[in-house]
Amino acid sequence: MNRLFEIIRRDLRLALRQGSDSVMVVTFFVLTVILFPFGIGPEANILERVSPGVLWVTALLASMLSLDRLFQADYEDGSLELLALTPTALEVLVIGKVAAHWLTTGLPLMVAAPVLAVLLHMNADGFLALLATMLIGTPILSLIGAMGAALVLGARRGGVLLSLLVLPLYIPVLIFGVGAIDAAIQGLETGAQLLLMGGILLAALPLAPLAAAAAVRQARE
Amino acid sequence: MLGLSTPSGFVRFAKAVSPWLWVASALLIGGGLYFALLVSPADYQQGQTVRIMYIHVPSAWLGMMGYSVMALSSAAALIWKNPLADLVAKASAPVGACFTFLCLATGSLWGKPMWGTWWAWDARLTSMLILLFLYFGYIALQNAFDDPGRGARAAAILALAGFVNVPVIKFSVDWWKTLHQPASLMKMSGPALHPSMLTPLLLMVAGFTCFYVAVLMVRVRSEILAAKIRALRLSEIHSVQAAGVADGVAG
Repeated sequence: MNRLFEIIRRDLRLALRQGSDSVMVVTFFVLTVILFPFGIGPEANILERVSPGVLWVTALLASMLSLDRLFQADYEDGSLELLALTPTALEVLVIGKVAAHWLTTGLPLMVAAPVLAVLLHMNADGFLALLATMLIGTPILSLIGAMGAALVLGARRGGVLLSLLVLPLYIPVLIFGVGAIDAAIQGLETGAQLLLMGGILLAALPLAPLAAAAAVRQARE
Repeated sequence: MLGLSTPSGFVRFAKAVSPWLWVASALLIGGGLYFALLVSPADYQQGQTVRIMYIHVPSAWLGMMGYSVMALSSAAALIWKNPLADLVAKASAPVGACFTFLCLATGSLWGKPMWGTWWAWDARLTSMLILLFLYFGYIALQNAFDDPGRGARAAAILALAGFVNVPVIKFSVDWWKTLHQPASLMKMSGPALHPSMLTPLLLMVAGFTCFYVAVLMVRVRSEILAAKIRALRLSEIHSVQAAGVADGVAG
Protein backbone atom coordinates (compact mmCIF):
# COMPACT_ATOMS: atom_id res chain seq x y z
CA MET A 1 0.00 0.00 0.00
CA ASN A 2 2.83 2.36 0.93
CA ARG A 3 4.57 1.58 -2.32
CA LEU A 4 1.39 2.36 -4.23
CA PHE A 5 1.23 5.82 -2.69
CA GLU A 6 4.93 6.29 -3.31
CA ILE A 7 4.42 5.64 -7.02
CA ILE A 8 1.43 7.98 -7.16
CA ARG A 9 3.42 10.66 -5.33
CA ARG A 10 6.39 10.21 -7.68
CA ASP A 11 4.26 10.49 -10.81
CA LEU A 12 2.35 13.48 -9.48
CA ARG A 13 5.59 15.21 -8.54
CA LEU A 14 6.99 14.54 -12.00
CA ALA A 15 3.83 15.84 -13.64
CA LEU A 16 3.84 18.99 -11.52
CA ARG A 17 7.51 19.81 -11.90
CA GLN A 18 8.19 18.70 -15.45
CA GLY A 19 5.48 20.51 -17.13
CA SER A 20 2.01 21.46 -17.85
CA ASP A 21 0.52 18.13 -18.87
CA SER A 22 -2.82 18.66 -17.17
CA VAL A 23 -2.99 22.26 -18.31
CA MET A 24 -2.47 21.14 -21.90
CA VAL A 25 -5.10 18.44 -21.63
CA VAL A 26 -7.67 20.84 -20.23
CA THR A 27 -6.75 23.50 -22.78
CA PHE A 28 -7.25 20.97 -25.55
CA PHE A 29 -10.60 20.00 -24.04
CA VAL A 30 -11.78 23.61 -23.83
CA LEU A 31 -10.52 24.54 -27.30
CA THR A 32 -12.08 21.58 -29.10
CA VAL A 33 -15.41 22.12 -27.33
CA ILE A 34 -15.30 25.78 -28.33
CA LEU A 35 -14.80 24.72 -31.96
CA PHE A 36 -18.27 23.16 -32.06
CA PRO A 37 -20.35 26.37 -31.85
CA PHE A 38 -18.29 27.61 -34.81
CA GLY A 39 -18.71 24.35 -36.68
CA ILE A 40 -22.41 23.70 -36.22
CA GLY A 41 -23.66 27.21 -35.52
CA PRO A 42 -24.45 29.01 -32.28
CA GLU A 43 -28.19 28.17 -32.04
CA ALA A 44 -28.87 27.31 -28.43
CA ASN A 45 -31.28 24.46 -29.09
CA ILE A 46 -28.86 22.60 -31.42
CA LEU A 47 -25.95 23.07 -29.02
CA GLU A 48 -28.07 21.92 -26.14
CA ARG A 49 -29.05 18.79 -28.04
CA VAL A 50 -25.46 17.81 -28.91
CA SER A 51 -23.78 19.02 -25.70
CA PRO A 52 -23.56 15.62 -23.89
CA GLY A 53 -22.04 13.95 -26.92
CA VAL A 54 -19.64 16.79 -27.67
CA LEU A 55 -18.43 16.93 -24.08
CA TRP A 56 -17.88 13.19 -23.86
CA VAL A 57 -16.20 12.80 -27.26
CA THR A 58 -13.79 15.66 -26.61
CA ALA A 59 -13.12 14.33 -23.11
CA LEU A 60 -12.19 10.95 -24.64
CA LEU A 61 -9.81 12.58 -27.08
CA ALA A 62 -8.32 14.86 -24.44
CA SER A 63 -7.67 12.03 -22.01
CA MET A 64 -5.94 10.15 -24.82
CA LEU A 65 -3.47 13.00 -25.34
CA SER A 66 -1.55 12.37 -22.16
CA LEU A 67 -1.61 8.57 -22.39
CA ASP A 68 1.72 8.25 -24.15
CA ARG A 69 3.33 9.95 -21.16
CA LEU A 70 2.07 7.18 -18.89
CA PHE A 71 4.89 4.72 -19.58
CA GLN A 72 6.76 6.08 -22.60
CA ALA A 73 8.95 8.63 -20.77
CA ASP A 74 9.87 6.09 -18.09
CA TYR A 75 10.51 3.48 -20.77
CA GLU A 76 12.84 5.75 -22.69
CA ASP A 77 14.95 7.01 -19.77
CA GLY A 78 15.16 3.54 -18.23
CA SER A 79 13.33 4.27 -14.99
CA LEU A 80 10.59 1.79 -15.94
CA GLU A 81 13.27 -0.88 -15.88
CA LEU A 82 14.33 0.16 -12.37
CA LEU A 83 10.73 0.41 -11.15
CA ALA A 84 10.08 -3.09 -12.46
CA LEU A 85 13.15 -4.38 -10.59
CA THR A 86 11.80 -3.21 -7.23
CA PRO A 87 9.95 -5.84 -5.17
CA THR A 88 6.66 -4.06 -5.88
CA ALA A 89 4.40 -6.11 -8.14
CA LEU A 90 4.15 -4.67 -11.62
CA GLU A 91 0.35 -4.62 -11.29
CA VAL A 92 0.63 -2.30 -8.27
CA LEU A 93 2.96 -0.07 -10.25
CA VAL A 94 0.41 0.11 -13.05
CA ILE A 95 -2.44 0.93 -10.65
CA GLY A 96 -0.33 3.69 -9.12
CA LYS A 97 0.44 5.14 -12.53
CA VAL A 98 -3.21 4.92 -13.57
CA ALA A 99 -4.24 6.73 -10.39
CA ALA A 100 -1.70 9.46 -11.05
CA HIS A 101 -2.89 9.74 -14.65
CA TRP A 102 -6.48 10.08 -13.51
CA LEU A 103 -5.54 12.75 -10.96
CA THR A 104 -3.70 14.76 -13.61
CA THR A 105 -6.16 14.35 -16.50
CA GLY A 106 -9.48 12.80 -15.50
CA LEU A 107 -10.04 15.04 -12.51
CA PRO A 108 -9.20 18.32 -14.30
CA LEU A 109 -11.48 17.27 -17.17
CA MET A 110 -14.26 16.64 -14.68
CA VAL A 111 -13.77 20.08 -13.15
CA ALA A 112 -13.77 21.77 -16.55
CA ALA A 113 -16.78 19.89 -17.93
CA PRO A 114 -19.60 21.80 -16.13
CA VAL A 115 -18.18 25.15 -17.22
CA LEU A 116 -18.17 23.99 -20.83
CA ALA A 117 -21.67 22.56 -20.37
CA VAL A 118 -22.83 26.08 -19.52
CA LEU A 119 -21.17 27.39 -22.69
CA LEU A 120 -23.05 24.76 -24.71
CA HIS A 121 -26.39 25.73 -23.09
CA MET A 122 -26.81 22.33 -21.51
CA ASN A 123 -29.98 22.02 -19.46
CA ALA A 124 -29.18 22.32 -15.75
CA ASP A 125 -30.92 18.98 -15.10
CA GLY A 126 -28.02 17.27 -16.86
CA PHE A 127 -25.22 18.72 -14.71
CA LEU A 128 -25.39 16.19 -11.93
CA ALA A 129 -25.48 13.31 -14.43
CA LEU A 130 -22.55 14.87 -16.30
CA LEU A 131 -20.46 14.96 -13.14
CA ALA A 132 -21.52 11.45 -12.12
CA THR A 133 -20.70 9.93 -15.52
CA MET A 134 -17.37 11.77 -15.60
CA LEU A 135 -16.56 10.54 -12.10
CA ILE A 136 -17.21 6.91 -13.08
CA GLY A 137 -16.12 7.16 -16.70
CA THR A 138 -12.77 8.93 -16.63
CA PRO A 139 -11.10 6.27 -14.42
CA ILE A 140 -12.21 3.67 -17.00
CA LEU A 141 -10.55 5.76 -19.70
CA SER A 142 -7.31 5.87 -17.70
CA LEU A 143 -7.43 2.10 -17.05
CA ILE A 144 -8.08 1.06 -20.65
CA GLY A 145 -5.65 3.71 -21.85
CA ALA A 146 -2.90 2.36 -19.60
CA MET A 147 -3.29 -1.02 -21.26
CA GLY A 148 -2.98 0.57 -24.70
CA ALA A 149 -0.03 2.72 -23.65
CA ALA A 150 1.81 -0.32 -22.31
CA LEU A 151 1.12 -2.31 -25.48
CA VAL A 152 2.66 0.26 -27.82
CA LEU A 153 5.91 0.65 -25.82
CA GLY A 154 8.74 0.46 -28.32
CA ALA A 155 6.44 0.44 -31.34
CA ARG A 156 6.95 2.51 -34.45
CA ARG A 157 4.54 5.48 -34.58
CA GLY A 158 3.17 4.51 -31.19
CA GLY A 159 1.04 7.61 -30.75
CA VAL A 160 -1.18 7.04 -33.80
CA LEU A 161 -1.33 3.33 -33.13
CA LEU A 162 -2.45 4.00 -29.56
CA SER A 163 -5.58 5.80 -30.73
CA LEU A 164 -6.43 2.93 -33.07
CA LEU A 165 -6.17 0.46 -30.19
CA VAL A 166 -7.87 2.43 -27.48
CA LEU A 167 -10.75 4.26 -29.18
CA PRO A 168 -12.81 1.14 -30.08
CA LEU A 169 -12.58 0.04 -26.45
CA TYR A 170 -13.70 3.50 -25.27
CA ILE A 171 -17.01 3.30 -27.14
CA PRO A 172 -19.09 1.63 -24.37
CA VAL A 173 -18.10 4.38 -21.92
CA LEU A 174 -19.16 6.98 -24.46
CA ILE A 175 -22.51 5.28 -25.13
CA PHE A 176 -23.54 4.93 -21.49
CA GLY A 177 -22.07 8.29 -20.46
CA VAL A 178 -24.02 10.20 -23.08
CA GLY A 179 -27.08 8.00 -22.49
CA ALA A 180 -27.18 8.86 -18.79
CA ILE A 181 -26.90 12.63 -19.41
CA ASP A 182 -29.57 12.51 -22.13
CA ALA A 183 -31.88 10.60 -19.81
CA ALA A 184 -31.33 13.13 -17.01
CA ILE A 185 -32.07 16.05 -19.34
CA GLN A 186 -35.32 14.40 -20.39
CA GLY A 187 -36.20 13.80 -16.74
CA LEU A 188 -35.80 10.02 -16.90
CA GLU A 189 -34.04 7.62 -14.55
CA THR A 190 -30.25 7.51 -14.99
CA GLY A 191 -29.63 4.59 -12.64
CA ALA A 192 -29.32 1.89 -15.31
CA GLN A 193 -26.64 3.65 -17.34
CA LEU A 194 -24.67 4.64 -14.25
CA LEU A 195 -24.82 1.09 -12.92
CA LEU A 196 -23.61 -0.27 -16.26
CA MET A 197 -20.72 2.19 -16.22
CA GLY A 198 -19.96 1.17 -12.67
CA GLY A 199 -19.93 -2.44 -13.83
CA ILE A 200 -17.46 -1.62 -16.57
CA LEU A 201 -15.28 0.20 -14.03
CA LEU A 202 -15.37 -2.75 -11.64
CA ALA A 203 -14.41 -5.13 -14.44
CA ALA A 204 -11.65 -2.87 -15.77
CA LEU A 205 -10.19 -2.18 -12.32
CA PRO A 206 -8.60 -5.63 -11.91
CA LEU A 207 -8.36 -6.70 -15.58
CA ALA A 208 -6.77 -3.64 -17.22
CA PRO A 209 -3.80 -3.49 -14.76
CA LEU A 210 -3.23 -7.22 -15.31
CA ALA A 211 -3.12 -6.74 -19.08
CA ALA A 212 -1.01 -3.59 -18.81
CA ALA A 213 1.45 -5.29 -16.46
CA ALA A 214 1.75 -8.23 -18.87
CA ALA A 215 2.43 -5.78 -21.69
CA VAL A 216 5.08 -3.91 -19.67
CA ARG A 217 6.73 -7.23 -18.85
CA GLN A 218 6.93 -8.07 -22.54
CA ALA A 219 8.25 -4.65 -23.45
CA ARG A 220 11.18 -5.25 -21.07
CA GLU A 221 12.15 -8.61 -22.58
CA MET B 1 -3.00 -34.39 -30.10
CA LEU B 2 -1.72 -35.73 -33.46
CA GLY B 3 1.52 -33.84 -32.81
CA LEU B 4 -0.41 -30.77 -33.91
CA SER B 5 1.14 -28.44 -31.38
CA THR B 6 4.49 -28.31 -33.20
CA PRO B 7 5.00 -26.52 -36.52
CA SER B 8 6.32 -29.62 -38.33
CA GLY B 9 3.42 -31.75 -37.11
CA PHE B 10 1.00 -29.06 -38.20
CA VAL B 11 2.52 -28.87 -41.68
CA ARG B 12 2.16 -32.64 -42.09
CA PHE B 13 -1.45 -32.53 -40.90
CA ALA B 14 -2.30 -29.51 -43.03
CA LYS B 15 -0.82 -31.12 -46.15
CA ALA B 16 -3.00 -34.18 -45.63
CA VAL B 17 -6.21 -32.33 -44.77
CA SER B 18 -6.10 -29.21 -46.96
CA PRO B 19 -7.10 -30.82 -50.30
CA TRP B 20 -10.17 -32.38 -48.68
CA LEU B 21 -11.13 -29.06 -47.12
CA TRP B 22 -10.89 -27.28 -50.47
CA VAL B 23 -13.04 -29.94 -52.12
CA ALA B 24 -15.55 -29.87 -49.27
CA SER B 25 -15.84 -26.08 -49.29
CA ALA B 26 -16.26 -26.02 -53.09
CA LEU B 27 -18.98 -28.67 -52.95
CA LEU B 28 -20.77 -27.14 -49.96
CA ILE B 29 -20.66 -23.57 -51.29
CA GLY B 30 -21.59 -24.76 -54.78
CA GLY B 31 -24.53 -26.80 -53.47
CA GLY B 32 -25.50 -24.03 -51.08
CA LEU B 33 -25.51 -21.45 -53.88
CA TYR B 34 -27.61 -23.79 -56.05
CA PHE B 35 -30.23 -24.14 -53.31
CA ALA B 36 -29.96 -20.48 -52.28
CA LEU B 37 -30.31 -18.95 -55.74
CA LEU B 38 -32.49 -21.46 -57.60
CA VAL B 39 -34.38 -23.81 -55.30
CA SER B 40 -35.24 -21.78 -52.20
CA PRO B 41 -38.31 -19.54 -52.45
CA ALA B 42 -38.29 -15.75 -52.33
CA ASP B 43 -39.45 -14.33 -49.01
CA TYR B 44 -43.06 -13.16 -48.91
CA GLN B 45 -42.00 -9.83 -47.38
CA GLN B 46 -38.43 -9.34 -48.54
CA GLY B 47 -38.74 -10.76 -52.05
CA GLN B 48 -35.52 -11.74 -53.78
CA THR B 49 -33.29 -9.72 -51.45
CA VAL B 50 -33.62 -12.44 -48.83
CA ARG B 51 -30.99 -14.34 -50.84
CA ILE B 52 -28.34 -11.88 -49.57
CA MET B 53 -28.79 -13.58 -46.22
CA TYR B 54 -27.08 -16.74 -47.53
CA ILE B 55 -23.82 -14.76 -47.80
CA HIS B 56 -24.45 -12.34 -44.95
CA VAL B 57 -25.07 -14.82 -42.13
CA PRO B 58 -22.07 -17.11 -42.86
CA SER B 59 -19.81 -14.03 -43.13
CA ALA B 60 -21.03 -12.72 -39.78
CA TRP B 61 -20.49 -16.13 -38.22
CA LEU B 62 -16.94 -16.35 -39.55
CA GLY B 63 -16.16 -12.77 -38.61
CA MET B 64 -16.90 -13.69 -35.01
CA MET B 65 -15.33 -17.15 -35.23
CA GLY B 66 -12.19 -15.66 -36.76
CA TYR B 67 -11.87 -13.37 -33.75
CA SER B 68 -12.61 -16.19 -31.30
CA VAL B 69 -9.94 -18.39 -32.91
CA MET B 70 -7.56 -15.43 -32.73
CA ALA B 71 -8.33 -14.77 -29.05
CA LEU B 72 -8.15 -18.45 -28.03
CA SER B 73 -4.87 -19.06 -29.80
CA SER B 74 -3.53 -15.78 -28.39
CA ALA B 75 -4.37 -17.10 -24.93
CA ALA B 76 -2.65 -20.38 -25.76
CA ALA B 77 0.38 -18.47 -27.05
CA LEU B 78 0.58 -16.36 -23.88
CA ILE B 79 -0.02 -19.21 -21.44
CA TRP B 80 1.94 -22.08 -23.00
CA LYS B 81 4.28 -20.04 -25.20
CA ASN B 82 3.27 -22.27 -28.06
CA PRO B 83 4.93 -21.00 -31.26
CA LEU B 84 2.19 -22.43 -33.47
CA ALA B 85 -0.61 -20.66 -31.58
CA ASP B 86 1.02 -17.29 -32.36
CA LEU B 87 1.01 -18.13 -36.05
CA VAL B 88 -2.62 -19.29 -36.00
CA ALA B 89 -3.71 -16.04 -34.30
CA LYS B 90 -1.72 -13.99 -36.78
CA ALA B 91 -3.13 -15.92 -39.74
CA SER B 92 -6.71 -15.71 -38.56
CA ALA B 93 -6.81 -11.90 -38.27
CA PRO B 94 -6.90 -10.79 -41.94
CA VAL B 95 -9.30 -13.60 -42.90
CA GLY B 96 -11.68 -12.72 -40.09
CA ALA B 97 -11.42 -9.03 -40.94
CA CYS B 98 -12.36 -9.77 -44.56
CA PHE B 99 -15.42 -11.77 -43.50
CA THR B 100 -16.44 -9.01 -41.07
CA PHE B 101 -16.19 -6.48 -43.87
CA LEU B 102 -18.16 -8.78 -46.19
CA CYS B 103 -20.84 -9.08 -43.51
CA LEU B 104 -21.11 -5.30 -43.14
CA ALA B 105 -21.12 -4.75 -46.91
CA THR B 106 -23.78 -7.36 -47.67
CA GLY B 107 -25.79 -6.12 -44.70
CA SER B 108 -25.84 -2.58 -46.01
CA LEU B 109 -26.75 -3.80 -49.52
CA TRP B 110 -29.69 -5.59 -47.94
CA GLY B 111 -30.52 -2.67 -45.66
CA LYS B 112 -30.98 -0.15 -48.47
CA PRO B 113 -34.07 -1.82 -50.03
CA MET B 114 -35.38 -3.27 -46.73
CA TRP B 115 -34.78 -0.61 -44.09
CA GLY B 116 -34.47 2.22 -46.59
CA THR B 117 -30.96 3.07 -45.38
CA TRP B 118 -27.43 1.83 -45.98
CA TRP B 119 -26.52 2.09 -42.35
CA ALA B 120 -28.30 2.38 -39.01
CA TRP B 121 -26.62 3.01 -35.67
CA ASP B 122 -28.10 -0.11 -34.23
CA ALA B 123 -26.41 -2.18 -31.51
CA ARG B 124 -25.68 -5.20 -33.72
CA LEU B 125 -24.30 -3.12 -36.59
CA THR B 126 -22.23 -0.91 -34.32
CA SER B 127 -20.71 -3.79 -32.39
CA MET B 128 -19.81 -5.50 -35.68
CA LEU B 129 -18.13 -2.29 -36.85
CA ILE B 130 -16.16 -2.18 -33.60
CA LEU B 131 -15.09 -5.77 -34.31
CA LEU B 132 -13.70 -4.64 -37.65
CA PHE B 133 -11.71 -1.88 -35.92
CA LEU B 134 -10.45 -4.34 -33.32
CA TYR B 135 -9.15 -6.49 -36.19
CA PHE B 136 -7.45 -3.43 -37.70
CA GLY B 137 -5.91 -2.51 -34.35
CA TYR B 138 -4.65 -6.07 -33.90
CA ILE B 139 -3.07 -6.18 -37.36
CA ALA B 140 -1.53 -2.72 -36.95
CA LEU B 141 -0.09 -3.52 -33.52
CA GLN B 142 1.35 -6.76 -34.79
CA ASN B 143 3.22 -5.00 -37.60
CA ALA B 144 4.38 -2.05 -35.48
CA PHE B 145 7.46 -3.67 -33.99
CA ASP B 146 10.84 -4.46 -35.49
CA ASP B 147 10.90 -7.75 -33.60
CA PRO B 148 8.02 -9.94 -34.88
CA GLY B 149 7.91 -11.92 -31.62
CA ARG B 150 7.30 -8.78 -29.59
CA GLY B 151 4.55 -7.72 -32.00
CA ALA B 152 2.86 -11.09 -31.69
CA ARG B 153 2.87 -10.98 -27.89
CA ALA B 154 1.58 -7.41 -27.66
CA ALA B 155 -1.16 -8.19 -30.19
CA ALA B 156 -2.12 -11.32 -28.24
CA ILE B 157 -2.90 -9.21 -25.15
CA LEU B 158 -4.97 -6.84 -27.27
CA ALA B 159 -6.87 -9.76 -28.83
CA LEU B 160 -7.83 -11.00 -25.37
CA ALA B 161 -8.93 -7.53 -24.25
CA GLY B 162 -11.04 -7.09 -27.36
CA PHE B 163 -12.72 -10.45 -26.90
CA VAL B 164 -15.33 -8.81 -24.62
CA ASN B 165 -16.90 -7.50 -27.81
CA VAL B 166 -17.79 -10.95 -29.20
CA PRO B 167 -20.51 -11.83 -26.67
CA VAL B 168 -21.76 -8.24 -26.94
CA ILE B 169 -22.30 -8.79 -30.69
CA LYS B 170 -23.99 -12.14 -30.13
CA PHE B 171 -26.43 -10.86 -27.52
CA SER B 172 -26.83 -7.28 -28.76
CA VAL B 173 -30.11 -8.20 -30.46
CA ASP B 174 -31.48 -9.53 -27.17
CA TRP B 175 -30.15 -6.82 -24.85
CA TRP B 176 -31.25 -3.83 -26.88
CA LYS B 177 -34.37 -3.24 -28.92
CA THR B 178 -32.66 -3.16 -32.28
CA LEU B 179 -33.56 -2.70 -35.89
CA HIS B 180 -31.60 -5.86 -36.68
CA GLN B 181 -33.78 -8.96 -36.35
CA PRO B 182 -33.13 -11.25 -33.36
CA ALA B 183 -31.41 -14.60 -33.66
CA SER B 184 -33.34 -17.11 -35.75
CA LEU B 185 -30.73 -19.85 -36.15
CA MET B 186 -29.06 -20.42 -32.79
CA LYS B 187 -32.07 -20.53 -30.50
CA MET B 188 -32.96 -22.76 -27.59
CA SER B 189 -36.27 -23.59 -29.28
CA GLY B 190 -34.57 -24.62 -32.54
CA PRO B 191 -34.13 -22.61 -35.71
CA ALA B 192 -37.08 -20.44 -36.73
CA LEU B 193 -36.51 -20.92 -40.44
CA HIS B 194 -38.40 -23.00 -42.97
CA PRO B 195 -36.35 -26.05 -44.14
CA SER B 196 -36.29 -24.68 -47.70
CA MET B 197 -34.29 -21.70 -46.42
CA LEU B 198 -32.51 -23.50 -43.61
CA THR B 199 -30.87 -26.06 -45.96
CA PRO B 200 -29.01 -23.56 -48.18
CA LEU B 201 -28.09 -21.45 -45.15
CA LEU B 202 -26.56 -24.38 -43.27
CA LEU B 203 -24.78 -25.55 -46.43
CA MET B 204 -23.31 -22.08 -46.89
CA VAL B 205 -22.27 -21.83 -43.24
CA ALA B 206 -20.54 -25.21 -43.43
CA GLY B 207 -18.94 -24.33 -46.78
CA PHE B 208 -17.68 -20.94 -45.53
CA THR B 209 -16.28 -22.58 -42.41
CA CYS B 210 -14.37 -25.18 -44.46
CA PHE B 211 -13.08 -22.37 -46.67
CA TYR B 212 -11.95 -20.41 -43.62
CA VAL B 213 -10.08 -23.38 -42.15
CA ALA B 214 -8.46 -24.14 -45.51
CA VAL B 215 -7.30 -20.52 -45.94
CA LEU B 216 -6.09 -20.50 -42.34
CA MET B 217 -3.96 -23.56 -43.03
CA VAL B 218 -2.41 -22.00 -46.13
CA ARG B 219 -1.61 -18.84 -44.18
CA VAL B 220 -0.12 -20.71 -41.23
CA ARG B 221 2.03 -22.83 -43.54
CA SER B 222 3.32 -19.75 -45.33
CA GLU B 223 4.04 -18.11 -41.94
CA ILE B 224 6.06 -21.18 -40.95
CA LEU B 225 7.99 -21.02 -44.22
CA ALA B 226 8.57 -17.28 -43.76
CA ALA B 227 9.95 -17.91 -40.27
CA LYS B 228 12.27 -20.58 -41.69
CA ILE B 229 13.51 -18.20 -44.40
CA ARG B 230 14.12 -15.52 -41.76
CA ALA B 231 16.13 -17.98 -39.65
CA LEU B 232 18.15 -19.11 -42.69
CA ARG B 233 18.96 -15.51 -43.66
CA LEU B 234 20.04 -14.71 -40.11
CA SER B 235 22.30 -17.74 -39.90
CA GLU B 236 23.76 -16.83 -43.30
CA ILE B 237 24.58 -13.33 -42.06
CA HIS B 238 26.10 -14.77 -38.90
CA SER B 239 28.26 -17.22 -40.81
CA VAL B 240 29.47 -14.47 -43.15
CA GLN B 241 30.31 -12.31 -40.15
CA ALA B 242 32.06 -15.20 -38.44
CA ALA B 243 34.09 -15.85 -41.60
CA GLY B 244 34.96 -12.15 -41.77
CA VAL B 245 36.15 -12.21 -38.17
CA ALA B 246 38.20 -15.35 -38.88
CA ASP B 247 39.77 -13.66 -41.92
CA GLY B 248 40.55 -10.61 -39.83
CA VAL B 249 42.31 -12.77 -37.25
CA ALA B 250 44.23 -14.70 -39.93
CA GLY B 251 45.23 -11.46 -41.69
